[in-house]
Amino acid sequence: MLRLPRFRMEVPRTLDEAARVLRELGAGQQDPGTTGMPGMKVLMVAGGTDVYPNMKRRQLTPEVLVSLRRALARDVRADGPSAGVTIGAGATLSSVSAHPVVRSRYAALAMAAGLVSTPQLRNMGTIGGNVCLDTRCNWYDESQFWRTAEGFCMKTHPNVVCRVATSSPRCLAVASADTVPALLALGATVRIQSAQGERSVDLGELYREDGIRYLTIARDEIVSAVELPPAEGWRSTYLKLRDRGSFDFPIVGLAAAVRMDGERVAGARVALTAVASRPILVDAAAAALRGSRLDDAAIEAAAEAAFKAARPMDNTSGTIAQRKRTVSVFATRALRELRERRAEAA
Amino acid sequence: MSEFSVVGKRLPKVNVWAHLTGTARYADDIQLPRMLYGRLLRSPHAHARIKRIDTSRALAREGVVAVCTGADMPERMGIMPSTQDEYALALDKVRYVGDPVAAVAAVDEDTAYDALSLIDVEYEPLEPILTVEEALTREDVKIHEDSGRPANVFKDVHLEFGDVEGGFQRAHRVYDNWYFFEGTTHAPLEAHSAVASYDGDGKLTLWTSTQVPHYLHRELEKVLGVPRSKIRVVATPNGGGFGGKSDPFAHEFAACLLSMRTKRPVKFTLDREEVFYAHRGRHPVLMHLRTGVSAEGDITAVHFESYLDGGAYASYGIATTYYTGALMTVTYKLPAYKFDGVRVYTNKPACGPKRGHGTTQPRFAFECQLDQIAEDLGLDPIAYRERILQPANSRTVNGLRITSMGLGQCLEEVKRSTRFPEKHGLLPRGKGIGVAGSAYISGAGLPIYWNEMPHSGASVKIDRGGGVTVYCGTAEIGQGSDNVLAVVAAEQLGVLTDDVHVVSGDTSLAPVDLGSYSSRVTFMAGNAVHEAAGKLRALVAEAAAAKLGVPPDRIGLAQRRVYDLADPSKSLTFAEAAVLAEARNGTLVSVGSYKPPKGISGDYKGSGVGPTAAYSYQAAVAEVSVDLETGIVTVDRITEAHDCGRALNPPAVEGQIEGAAYMGYGEALAEEQVFRGGLHKKPSLLEYKLPTSMDTPEMKAIIVETIDPEGPFGAKEAGEGPLNPVIPAIANAVYDAIGVRFDETPITPAKVLDALQKSKSRVGPEGLSSQRDPKAALRRLHATTDAREKKKVM
Repeated sequence: MLRLPRFRMEVPRTLDEAARVLRELGAGQQDPGTTGMPGMKVLMVAGGTDVYPNMKRRQLTPEVLVSLRRALARDVRADGPSAGVTIGAGATLSSVSAHPVVRSRYAALAMAAGLVSTPQLRNMGTIGGNVCLDTRCNWYDESQFWRTAEGFCMKTHPNVVCRVATSSPRCLAVASADTVPALLALGATVRIQSAQGERSVDLGELYREDGIRYLTIARDEIVSAVELPPAEGWRSTYLKLRDRGSFDFPIVGLAAAVRMDGERVAGARVALTAVASRPILVDAAAAALRGSRLDDAAIEAAAEAAFKAARPMDNTSGTIAQRKRTVSVFATRALRELRERRAEAA
Repeated sequence: MSEFSVVGKRLPKVNVWAHLTGTARYADDIQLPRMLYGRLLRSPHAHARIKRIDTSRALAREGVVAVCTGADMPERMGIMPSTQDEYALALDKVRYVGDPVAAVAAVDEDTAYDALSLIDVEYEPLEPILTVEEALTREDVKIHEDSGRPANVFKDVHLEFGDVEGGFQRAHRVYDNWYFFEGTTHAPLEAHSAVASYDGDGKLTLWTSTQVPHYLHRELEKVLGVPRSKIRVVATPNGGGFGGKSDPFAHEFAACLLSMRTKRPVKFTLDREEVFYAHRGRHPVLMHLRTGVSAEGDITAVHFESYLDGGAYASYGIATTYYTGALMTVTYKLPAYKFDGVRVYTNKPACGPKRGHGTTQPRFAFECQLDQIAEDLGLDPIAYRERILQPANSRTVNGLRITSMGLGQCLEEVKRSTRFPEKHGLLPRGKGIGVAGSAYISGAGLPIYWNEMPHSGASVKIDRGGGVTVYCGTAEIGQGSDNVLAVVAAEQLGVLTDDVHVVSGDTSLAPVDLGSYSSRVTFMAGNAVHEAAGKLRALVAEAAAAKLGVPPDRIGLAQRRVYDLADPSKSLTFAEAAVLAEARNGTLVSVGSYKPPKGISGDYKGSGVGPTAAYSYQAAVAEVSVDLETGIVTVDRITEAHDCGRALNPPAVEGQIEGAAYMGYGEALAEEQVFRGGLHKKPSLLEYKLPTSMDTPEMKAIIVETIDPEGPFGAKEAGEGPLNPVIPAIANAVYDAIGVRFDETPITPAKVLDALQKSKSRVGPEGLSSQRDPKAALRRLHATTDAREKKKVM
């Protein structure tokens, strides 16, 4: 089998210590857009379900790995039914998907976390890791041997073209985290910790439409927790397109959340993953739904907006046409499901 | 009550605990003192000349003990003696991305891996040939310069039987369709692994996950220049083979040579990506099928053309080519048949035998076309097939002898089990049901090298405690071959399979068996053990008869007892009887062997591929649901009946049917060994879409027994045939569901969606020239490379 390259492991015990170690190592000065992914010499790792395979394939060749296993909280904290929840970034995807409060109030997140890869990987993989998941591309997620034969790509060698579209000025690797569209639909913010202190950002602001510099935060900033606002009145769901019933990353992921005020939609969010380099919160879809009775016409308009927002490229499994079409089918199905669930509840 | 005490009983397999608990010792589990770890350097070019190899930097690396290259083993080799076109390591050219070029032995895996980058190879890149069309036409680029055939043709065969022209003239209608079957790979869970150990006395032992220890033994002698008497090959339990471990491989030769050089054991275990390059999997085949039918639907003539994309080397390709044509005749009555097959070289990993070897692709084409014919005739597709069945105990138009033939019973069983006629054509849109039949061989009628010796030999020994040991050169690849041998020996001797030890896959300890390929073990090795154990049975019976004072023909053997059939209270234990027999006759060891009978084929060039002592038959029904909005096809259930002659162990037969149905399901809907500009597009188990347990359809396996007159206790094969009908059955079910004929595999959601949106009635190739633009991938590769170069300059 492929083996890991040699590296050093730091295992800080607290978030403060982790932040200090990352600063001392100069992690924040790293820019994958300049060096390529293998050029980053200090990386964080939590569950390791994505980092280690990528290291075996030499997509990542860090000199130091800073393990956050000890430093990160891993609990799901819910302060009563009218409050939101705070999920420690170290919480495993299994524990998130199984948590009773998440299941009852944040269904889309429970579903998305439960659809990541396999049970074994969900037992190791964390919510924080999924939020920061490296972008994917079938020209990039290959072994060192394969990429050598191909001649490499922009994501590992910034002086080389993007293989997906040779004229593209940027890397077209794909955002592929299941939990992110669910979190976006649920209005999540993330808490960021670094040696400079702590801050919160809307999850949507964490991402950039760039397959290399896909995160807006510096490489010494730690996503320490995911915070969800109170869910009162919201219903949500997540649909995932993949080739098989297990293992596979999404080639379309769609989350929808709706809050009704009487017969009318008071709030709505539709979010996508795996159809661009960043996850997309489809504002036009939300606008089409707001104020409607969640009738077929409004759903169709929202689905059309989602269809337009999706810009898949030919660098995952499936085809562009299939994935775009599935976005609109999923939007329709998700919103109808939420309408029916409401009818059942009533 | 059954006449048997072991045969047909639902007993656990003899090696089941080792396999289930992981204690079976696979090749990679072997650890020897002072063992070195090997790794192969592979070509990054699809097609290139090797100008120079310099291993000095690698050799200078601390921890590297030895390095070898093609020049160290310049002997041609290959599984088929008539088409040897490979070298253990590439000699002057590389012919696909992944072609092994050099090998390193080092003190640990990391050092071996790192050392690869220190081997300097200078290549002169050549234009790669990537499609059948290019291979057929490009005289200017030759993958094998000395092949002696036009362009990049590896082999072309042309056979004609009966009055083909007259048959087409007589036809009421001629169906003329093109089909394409995509290449797939075996994806065994165990990656290939081998450990070689060269001892001070000049003897070499190779433990390896091979299906063909005997053939490998021959090639090792040839390539290493070491007499076979000094080499011992041990086939370790294979963690799945499916045909993918039936060739001699680079890592096996490299392990041996490096062990001889270093006088230390050397282990090679391929990583998953390398398994995709080792390949030897299902050929992509473009097919042209013309079938003439009378107004009643009787077939008047068939003309079948196959174009096989063989990849870079021969492998079993000559047999594969013939197999695409040979077995078309053994299922339904064909009065006239013409076959043209062409296999070409391309710069991709070599294709070879995968479960159903060469018969899977034409069966897909034929059964899809029969579905269309039945529809046009207004006949139920099962009723139509039943009407045109080739009879038992007959000869086909291409001279193949058929004995037992249970396709009719198989069709009847699946019809009854699924209530097919109540569903076919009657389900709501999006739901469908489809059927297909097929056949396979119980071992190839001829060995791969010409000889008059047995195909399978076995010896059986009884020890003084009543234990029985069977020695046979078969390879246990997880299919249960050891268990088959144990069942046959136990039934003959009246003991239980628990009492039988099986020593298999060892060229020093066991008589030659040609290997675990072409579904030959049950029939051939089963018959060899049957004969050997039968001889001992006679000796034990005679000794017991003398002791009990009854005539030998009144002696029965069962349940570890030897008894008077007329009065079972008069008996001895098997161990007591064995001791008496040894006292009378000396050491209780006997031998048996098997060779298929003569006269089972026609007499023409090419008649050697297709004959077998007995054909297995099978029918499958698939029931599917198609999501009309996403194009996703869900196979809800596969019901398959298989004529295995007699089930020596019913759960093992059912397991083979289910495993084959699963494999066929994957090939029908998702799996594809595809390339982008010479590079494998999906060389991982994440991207190569092997179905998971979550996807696997509900399955029902039905055993049909026709009690073959020549099989051991009437048994025939069960390992490969059951794959064949599943793929066309699914395609036919999809047609029933949405009215779209899928004349190509795999039937992916993207293709289904596209067909539905564009209201297509058919998805498939139009012919040779309209296959996907052959040069698109290459142009794209050039474009990206050019763009990169430009960018570098800027």
